[in-house]
Amino acid sequence: MSIDPAYEMVIGLEVHAQMLTQSKIFCGCSTAFGAPANTQICPVCSGFPGVLPVLNKEAVNMAIKTGLAIEGEVRMQSEFSRKNYFYPDLPSGYQITQFELPIVEHGKVLIEDKDVPAKVVGITRIHMEVDAGKSIHEGVVGGTWVDLNRTGVPLMEIVSEPDMSTPEEAGAYLKKLRSIVRYLEVCDGNMEQGSFRCDANVSVRKKGDPKLGTRCELKNLNSIRNVMRAIELEAERHIDILEEGGSIVQETRLYDANLNETRSMRSKEDAHDYRYFPEPDLPLLVLSEQQIATVKATLPELPDAKRERFETAYGLSHYDASVLTTSRALSRYYETVVEQVKAGGQNDPKICANWVTVELLALLNKENKEIEQSPVSATNLAKMVVRILDNTISGKIAKEVFASMFESGSDPDTIIEEKGLKQITDSGAIEAAIDKVLALNSTQVEQYRGGQEKLFGFFIGQVMKATQGKANPAELNKLLKQKLGG
Amino acid sequence: MNELTLREAADKLATKEISSVELTQACLDQIAKHNPTINAFVTVDAEKALAAAQAADARIAAGNGAPLTGIPIAHKDIFNTTDMRTTCSSRMLENFIPPFDATITTHLRQAGAVILGKTNLDEFAMGSSTETSYFGASRNPWDTQRTPGGSSGGSSAAIAANMAICATGTDTGGSIRQPASLTNLTGLKPTYGRCSRYGIIAFASSLDQAGPMTRTAEDAAMLLNVMVSYDPKDSTSIQSPAPDFTQALTGDVKGLKIGIAAEYFGDGLNDEVRAAIETAQQQYQAMGAELVPISLPNSGYAIPTYYIISPAECSSNLARYDGVKFGYRCEEPKDIRDLYFRSRSEGFGDEVKRRIMLGTYVLSSGYYDAYYRKAQQARRLIADEFKAAFEKVDLILTPTSPTTAFKFGEKDDPVQMYLSDIYTINVNLAGLPGISVPCGFDSKGLPIGMQLIGRPLDEETLLRSADAYQRQTDWHKRRVHLG
Ligand SMILES: [Zn+2]
Repeated sequence: MSIDPAYEMVIGLEVHAQMLTQSKIFCGCSTAFGAPANTQICPVCSGFPGVLPVLNKEAVNMAIKTGLAIEGEVRMQSEFSRKNYFYPDLPSGYQITQFELPIVEHGKVLIEDKDVPAKVVGITRIHMEVDAGKSIHEGVVGGTWVDLNRTGVPLMEIVSEPDMSTPEEAGAYLKKLRSIVRYLEVCDGNMEQGSFRCDANVSVRKKGDPKLGTRCELKNLNSIRNVMRAIELEAERHIDILEEGGSIVQETRLYDANLNETRSMRSKEDAHDYRYFPEPDLPLLVLSEQQIATVKATLPELPDAKRERFETAYGLSHYDASVLTTSRALSRYYETVVEQVKAGGQNDPKICANWVTVELLALLNKENKEIEQSPVSATNLAKMVVRILDNTISGKIAKEVFASMFESGSDPDTIIEEKGLKQITDSGAIEAAIDKVLALNSTQVEQYRGGQEKLFGFFIGQVMKATQGKANPAELNKLLKQKLGG
Repeated sequence: MNELTLREAADKLATKEISSVELTQACLDQIAKHNPTINAFVTVDAEKALAAAQAADARIAAGNGAPLTGIPIAHKDIFNTTDMRTTCSSRMLENFIPPFDATITTHLRQAGAVILGKTNLDEFAMGSSTETSYFGASRNPWDTQRTPGGSSGGSSAAIAANMAICATGTDTGGSIRQPASLTNLTGLKPTYGRCSRYGIIAFASSLDQAGPMTRTAEDAAMLLNVMVSYDPKDSTSIQSPAPDFTQALTGDVKGLKIGIAAEYFGDGLNDEVRAAIETAQQQYQAMGAELVPISLPNSGYAIPTYYIISPAECSSNLARYDGVKFGYRCEEPKDIRDLYFRSRSEGFGDEVKRRIMLGTYVLSSGYYDAYYRKAQQARRLIADEFKAAFEKVDLILTPTSPTTAFKFGEKDDPVQMYLSDIYTINVNLAGLPGISVPCGFDSKGLPIGMQLIGRPLDEETLLRSADAYQRQTDWHKRRVHLG
C-alpha cells in the first residue's frame, strides 16, 4: 500500500481486549461466550436499584500482567470513574471505566513484520472498564431486544501513542499486541468474535510538518486486514480533501468492509459529553508491591525473548524464529516436535522449523485453522522427521506422507507401511533397477558416455520412477555413477 | 403498648409479659387509625407482619430470641425488600418489587424484627420535609400542619405517632437527624461505610448512610448492633470490628471534652432552639464534661459543596430510570429518545429533576473543574478541619436544625429548604458519625434536637453521651397522644 509520497500518515490505535476472567468485573456472573440471551445476568450487572460493584481481583491481575509485559508503569493507586451516557444496552446509564488515573501508563511494544522494519510503538495507557450489552434488531418487529450477557465483562483498553505511519505498521502492531495478550492468556485475541476490538485514529500531514493534522476515528474494524484497508482509505480521503484545498472535519467514521469505504458516524459537534467523575461506589484501587511481584512471577516467556532464544538455541533464522513465536501454541508445538525428534534419537531443529513454518502452516492457512486444530500432532510430525533423518523415507516422499497425515491424522509409520513408501536403501535392489533402466535406454547410455553428462538426471528420474520414488537418493547417485562410469 | 421503647418492648417480650403478635397488632391498629392523616407509611402489610410476629413469638418461646426478635419496625421505602414494593416515594418506582433484599433488611429479618411496612420519604430522599414525595407529604404528629422533617420523615412520623417501635432511615445530608429532631426522636447517622449500602437505592453514593431512628439512645444502640456490618457486597463498607454498642452506655461523661463551634450558632439559628442547646451544654458541664470553644470556619462551604456533589452523583445514579428495564415507562413511545424523555419527565417530580439538571451541569465538560473539582477540594478542607478539631475535643455539640418543625409550603424556595440541613450536611461531607437527641420544646410545643458529632467509627462516645443526657432529662420521654 502506498499514498502520495508528499504526505505521511499518523496512526494511533485503541484496542479493547476482553479479559479471560471466569466472572464479570463487578459481579459473579459467568463470562462464557454464546449462552442464550440474558441467562448470565444478575441484579448487579443489569443495574437494578440498590446494587453496588465489587471489583474482580482476577481482572486487576490480568491488567497488571499486561502492563508488566509491555514494560509499562503499573500505578500503585488507580481510580475508577463513571462515563455517563444513555443507551439501551447500558443498563445503569453509565459505564465504569478508568479515566484520570489508569492502572498502567507508558508502555512499549516492539513491532516488525515481513515488510516492516523493527520499530518501538509507545503505549500511552491501559485501563480497565466494563463492556456494555448488545441490542438485537434482527428478527424483532416494532422494537429492539437487549441482551445483557456481555454487560460487565471486563475489558482492557490499550491505547497506543500515534507512533505508526503506515497501515503495515498498524497491522504489525496489532499482530504483536494480540500475540502478547495471547501469550499472557489474558485475552483470546479473537477479532471476529469481538474479544479483541480496534479503533484507529488517523491523520495525515505533509512530510516534515511538525504539526499534526486533524484526525478521524475509525470504528467497526473487525480484522487486521480491515484495519489496514480502512487506514489506507482514510488517509487517501484526507489527502484528496487537502489537495483540493479543503480541510478535514474531526469525526468518528464507520468502516464498511463490503463497500470498502469509510463514512461519517458522528461529528465532533454531536459527540457525547460523558461527564466523567470518580466512581463513588469504588474506593481507590491500591496495589501492593507484593501483589505486583506475585503477578510478575507468573509472567511467561514473551514473544521477543522466545524468538531470541529460538535463534540461539536452535540456530534458526530471525524470520523463522519470528514466525514460530507468533503464538504461544505454535512455539509450544514447535518445541515439542524438536524434543520428540531428539527422543527418537535424531536432532535437527532446522528441519523441524521448515516442516512447521512451510508445510504445516501453509495447509493450516488454506483450511483457515489454528495450530491448536492441526490434524497433525506434534508427536506425529516428529516421528515423520525422524523417518526422514534415519533415511526411511526421502524428503520428497515425506511430502506425500505429510499430506496423508494432514488428511487422516494418522501416524506416519502406518502411512509409510500401508502405502509401501519405505525408502529402498538396499543396494542390490537399487542396482537391479539401474540395470533395468540402462538396458532399456541403451541409446541414452551411449550419448552419456559420449560426453552428454546432462543425461545423468534423466537416469535418476527413470530409476526413481521405476522404484516409485523410494530409492534412497544418495545411494542411487553413488551406484548410478559407478554403473555409467563402468 | 405501642409507645414502649425498644428496650422496654424487648424486655417485656423476653419475659413473655407481652407477645409480638399483641405488640404488632397494637402498631397495626394505630396505623389503621392514624396513617390516613399522618401518611407515614407508603405500604403496610399487616398479614406478613403478623405472620412474622407469630414466628418471632415461637422463636422466643423456644428460647432462641435475640434483642430485636418480635420488635415491630418500619423501613424507609428506600431499603430493598423482596416481599414488598420499594418505591423511593417516586412514581418512577411506584410498583417496583426488588429481586433482592438490602443487606440491612436481611440482618433485621434474621434478628427477628417484624417489618410493618415501608415509610414515606422525599422522592429518592431529595428533600427535607417529605413534601417531594409522589405519595404526598407525611405529617408531623406533634402538629399535623407541619412537616416531620425529611427525607426520612415517614420513619420519624411513624415512631412519633406510635405506629412503630423503631425505624430505619438513611442520611445523605441530615435525613435521619433532622426528622428525628423535628419529631422528638433519637436519630443516628453512623460513620460513612459502617452500615452496608447494598440494597439501599442510591441518592448520592459518597454521602448516603443508613442508621437507626428510635425513641432513645439505648434503643439506637440496640438497633445499630444489628445494622452495622462489614459487607463484601459493598466496596465502601468499612472492615472494622463492631462492638456491642449497648456496652458503651455507662452513663458517664466525666472529663469528656465537648467542642462548641461559634459557626453553628450564627444568625440563621432560631432563638428558642439556641436557648435549648445552651441549656443542654450546661447540663453536660454539670455532668462533668468540659466545654471547649472551637472554630470550624470551612463549615460555611458545606451547603454549596453538598449541592454540587450530591446532585452530581444523583444525576448519574438516577440515569438507570430510563423506562427501558424496570419502573415507569411512558405510554406508546415513538422511539428510544421519546421513551427516555417522556418516561423521565413523567416519572420524576420537580425536585428530582432540578437536582438531575444541576448535577448534569456541574459535571459537564467546561464546568467540571469550576464546580465539581472545587467542591471535592472544599470537601477535603471540611474533613481536615474536623480532623484537626478532634485532636482537641472528643465530640462536637451543635443544633440539629436551625428551626423546629416548619409548616407545609413555608419553604417554597428550594434554597430556603436546603438551608434546613445547614448543621448536618458537614457531617456527611466528612463521613463522620452524628446523632440527634431531643433537648427541649419551643413555645409552640414543638420538639428541639441537638446534634452530637463524633470521630470516625466512634459511635460509642456519641451513644454514651446521648444516653447519659437522657438519663438526666425527660425530653425524649414525651409522647404525642393522637387520641
Ligand atoms: Zn452479574
